[in-house]
Amino acid sequence: MSTENRYELNKNLAQMLKGGVIMDVTTPEQAKIAEAAGAAAVMALERIPADIRAAGGVSRMSDPKMIKGIQDAVSIPVMAKCRIGHFVEAQLLEAIEIDYIDESEVLSPADDIFHINKHEFKVPFVCGARDLGEALRRIEEGASMIRTKGEPGTGDIVQAVRHIRLMNQEIARITSMREDELFNRAKELQVSYELVRYVHDHKRLPVVNFAAGGVATPADAALMMQLGAEGVFVGSGIFKSGNPAKRAAAIVQAVTNYTDAKLIAKLSEDLGEAMVGINENEIALLMAERGK
Amino acid sequence: MGEDKTNNHIKIGVLAVQGAFAEHRTMLEKLGVETFEIRQLRDLEQDFDGLILPGGESTVQGKLLHDLGLFEPLRERIESGLPTLGTCAGLILLAEKLSNDGHTYFATTPVTVERNAYGRQLGSFYTEENFEGIGKIPMTFIRAPLIQRASQDVQILATVQNQIVAVRYKNQLAISFHPELNSDLRVHQYFVEEIVKANQIQAKKAA
Repeated sequence: MSTENRYELNKNLAQMLKGGVIMDVTTPEQAKIAEAAGAAAVMALERIPADIRAAGGVSRMSDPKMIKGIQDAVSIPVMAKCRIGHFVEAQLLEAIEIDYIDESEVLSPADDIFHINKHEFKVPFVCGARDLGEALRRIEEGASMIRTKGEPGTGDIVQAVRHIRLMNQEIARITSMREDELFNRAKELQVSYELVRYVHDHKRLPVVNFAAGGVATPADAALMMQLGAEGVFVGSGIFKSGNPAKRAAAIVQAVTNYTDAKLIAKLSEDLGEAMVGINENEIALLMAERGK
Repeated sequence: MGEDKTNNHIKIGVLAVQGAFAEHRTMLEKLGVETFEIRQLRDLEQDFDGLILPGGESTVQGKLLHDLGLFEPLRERIESGLPTLGTCAGLILLAEKLSNDGHTYFATTPVTVERNAYGRQLGSFYTEENFEGIGKIPMTFIRAPLIQRASQDVQILATVQNQIVAVRYKNQLAISFHPELNSDLRVHQYFVEEIVKANQIQAKKAA
């Protein structure tokens, strides 16, 4: 099969995940709870971001055996994270037939300049982005799905909101540009003219765009959907809360009916304790700063 | 093809609880068909002529259909002959039996389906094959299910590598692949012409 076909198929899988919630899980049991609660996919990792943050130190790809255990436990797609620039970790994830690789700032970066050349892989990649330039640079490198880079493990939505608003503003600006201005914009964003041209013509990214980082409540998820996200990643927000199964199911329904305030109010009742969270000005390490 | 004014009296609901529903709406709108999204019970208060069950994750869609109270009203409509097109996850929702899953959903099409029959994402593929009554069409399979067995009264419309990938049973069109992911409108056109419009004509005759 041609590389171009494979890239299309990988973008297509992200299209199937739209309107869905992708949940971080650390064990097969959690994966089953997530699937039963309506997760469209799970992200298999050894420690959820809140614990990575608490533990400190270097954070790496998870044990393949642990990932395989989760693959065996559920029928929905399974994603896993590799370090930014660590193409060998990505090769290992491809070898165990992961459905999606997240080249993620949640783990310690392995390369402070170069991201993985994702065109060399058959499995798809999702990458984080804080603005349109980062999103398009990751797409240029072969990412077939983008997510905001909201500050993971904090339970604070402010950064994800900042990223998606900025991306929307930058897309609107390119859309309204004269065609002869696009060449210079491509230079400023350090991406090809073709990608900028695509955004200009279609008023959107060429791949699916999800929200990630800091989503803790059904209202957080609906906020990101109303701001234009096409689906939501929930990391620490579920299994760091009082009643994971109930909260997970409520977030799934809130994403489907994200404009129905009455329903979301009802879904938000009696969910138990939300994750405690940390405000962004209280944290020492800004993971979103990793990889530009 | 373009804007076909003869379809402007047709209205089709697209199940929009999760998955690639927007792509189906785009295809139908190119055919001049009016569409709307089904996200909760009150969306079913209007009259409509057909239903699309899109691709996505069948476990998620099945759960949301129940949680949102949509399951029984939709099952009754499909059972009583509402023209329905199910693609990928939609095929799983329609299948009477799933060989590798204890769950079933609407179970209105008498076929046995295997979920994720081609394996994980690395097994996803694109091909072009013959579709009965249409000709050669693009077929995109994403972590796709396939139809292992079909009862005698089910019409087989397409096969790939000797495996059944598209069937028709009464007013239900059930397909393993994703006609909504390519620009070719012919499967949607077939659904509108051969099933939705034919059903309207029959209903008129009966009245």
